[in-house]
Amino acid sequence: MSLSAEDVKRIAKLARIRVNEDEVVAYQSQLNGIFGLIEQMQSVDTAGIAPMSHAQDLFQRLRADEVIEPDRRAAFQAIAPQTENGLYLVPKVIE
Amino acid sequence: MNATLKSLSTTLAAGKASSVELCQDYLARIQALNVSLNAFISVDADKTLAEARAADALRASGQGGLLTGAPIAHKDIFCAEGWLTTCGSKMLSNFISPYDAHVIERFKAAGMPCLGKTNMDEFAMGSSNETSFYGPVRNPWDAERVPGGSSGGSAACVAARMAPAATGTDTGGSIRQPAALCGITGLKPTYGVVSRYGMIAFASSLDQGGPMAQTAEDCALLLNVMAGFDARDSTSLERPKEDYARGLNQPLAGLRIGLPREFFGPGLVGDTAKAVEEAIAQLRKLGAETVEVGLPNSNLSVAAYYVLAPAEASSNLSRFDGVRYGYRTPEYRDLTDMYEKTRAEGFGSEVKRRIMIGSYVLSHGYYDAYYIQAQRLRRLIANDFSAAFQQCDVILSPTAPTTAFKLGEKTADPVEMYLSDIYTIAVNLAGLPGMSLPCGFDARGLPIGLQLIGNYFDEARMLGVAHQYQLATDWHQRRPAMEGDA
Repeated sequence: MSLSAEDVKRIAKLARIRVNEDEVVAYQSQLNGIFGLIEQMQSVDTAGIAPMSHAQDLFQRLRADEVIEPDRRAAFQAIAPQTENGLYLVPKVIE
Repeated sequence: MNATLKSLSTTLAAGKASSVELCQDYLARIQALNVSLNAFISVDADKTLAEARAADALRASGQGGLLTGAPIAHKDIFCAEGWLTTCGSKMLSNFISPYDAHVIERFKAAGMPCLGKTNMDEFAMGSSNETSFYGPVRNPWDAERVPGGSSGGSAACVAARMAPAATGTDTGGSIRQPAALCGITGLKPTYGVVSRYGMIAFASSLDQGGPMAQTAEDCALLLNVMAGFDARDSTSLERPKEDYARGLNQPLAGLRIGLPREFFGPGLVGDTAKAVEEAIAQLRKLGAETVEVGLPNSNLSVAAYYVLAPAEASSNLSRFDGVRYGYRTPEYRDLTDMYEKTRAEGFGSEVKRRIMIGSYVLSHGYYDAYYIQAQRLRRLIANDFSAAFQQCDVILSPTAPTTAFKLGEKTADPVEMYLSDIYTIAVNLAGLPGMSLPCGFDARGLPIGLQLIGNYFDEARMLGVAHQYQLATDWHQRRPAMEGDA
């Protein structure tokens, strides 16, 4: 497998990371090197092996549906790039 | 300055020094050495001394614990209220945490003042501390060499005696590999033993916090503080409280040490091979037996890790979007433009590479070939360990294939850097506890690390083996000559 420059641009788009043409060239070579390492995985037949997503057999703990956290909106919004009237401000999405 | 936490505890209990005095000494040493080592990102003497005064008051009131008043440095991945918490990234270069991580709460409750926040690879992605936005940490044994990573600042500050102990985190070797390269002792607990709440996430199914100190005994005392159930981490384990120091004085007679043949192959050469062989001989002298074991799938652990960890990272790091906290690009056209520029400018290149690998392996059409295959290999790797532990009590190997390498030596080729963790990564995939302790020096005078791997929840036994080894050797007491030292 080998990633093309177009693949790299598509992946960067998926990851919401802006890349310029020089970076595309560098990432293409580095990512292909890394995928060369990753491809070693294909040498093993894993048919019938259950995928392991976690180190422990866990179940999702549930709690009672009660308010347990205090309201700390002011403290959390004090470190936000831009807020107004308790809302986070972002560029307009819908005209 | 060479004091262990255990001896500081005795000093404090005897009233021979106050916490304020100890903290002032360490802060002075940090000020003198940090210019050259760059082990700390943030130091705040006023905060440290306020915590030290509170610790002295706690001891005076008779309510202090064993470690009350003894200071500690924290990796800058742990959110600490009122402290700049950067995770080594420009993305969080303005992030003053509004809350404490569970680990920070625990150390505060124990009365252990924070000496500062230590430098690290950006978002814990790296094995040399060279990906930090705040510049590389220098290895105290040789300033031209790396301290290892990602907990490079924590390892370097303990080695240079700028702090008696530090916290670290380990996703693929980030406590053990820098501990080895800096000549200190570090432990990664069983996954789920230490809460990840407030510990900035890299790969959530692998990340685990742990202690770094001069000795195994100190690591046991620190783990007693750090470990415990926390409902805010959905993977925190509800287990009865245990004393991790309970096995320290257990003799090694009859202990079965497993030596994985895959880790003692042709890749292990030179001074590292010799030091590990000598450590095995020492442990045999102490009564341990050795048995050859097999970990046949371990050679694929790095490949599987570089699918699973980036996949989880690409998801975890999607939260850094310039909306709620952290860096936001100054100029943008629309929302997508803001996201893309914020992330392009806020993340360094190693973090971007890993986010892109993760985005790719999780994307439509590639998920089965990469992500599911990697999870299946993860199962095979974990099964190998289960089989090995049928034949032995602990597993032993080198921690890293080489001693500390030169700054810039491996930055051009990510794959070469990734192979620094060939002996440590499988342990994270399986979720087992592992540790590194000093076992010698190479011809250049650089420290060599010995890795011990325990079965699930067998930290106390593993720490006991390390402590017995440290009673019989003095590698852990060696320290680098720093400028100004007598």
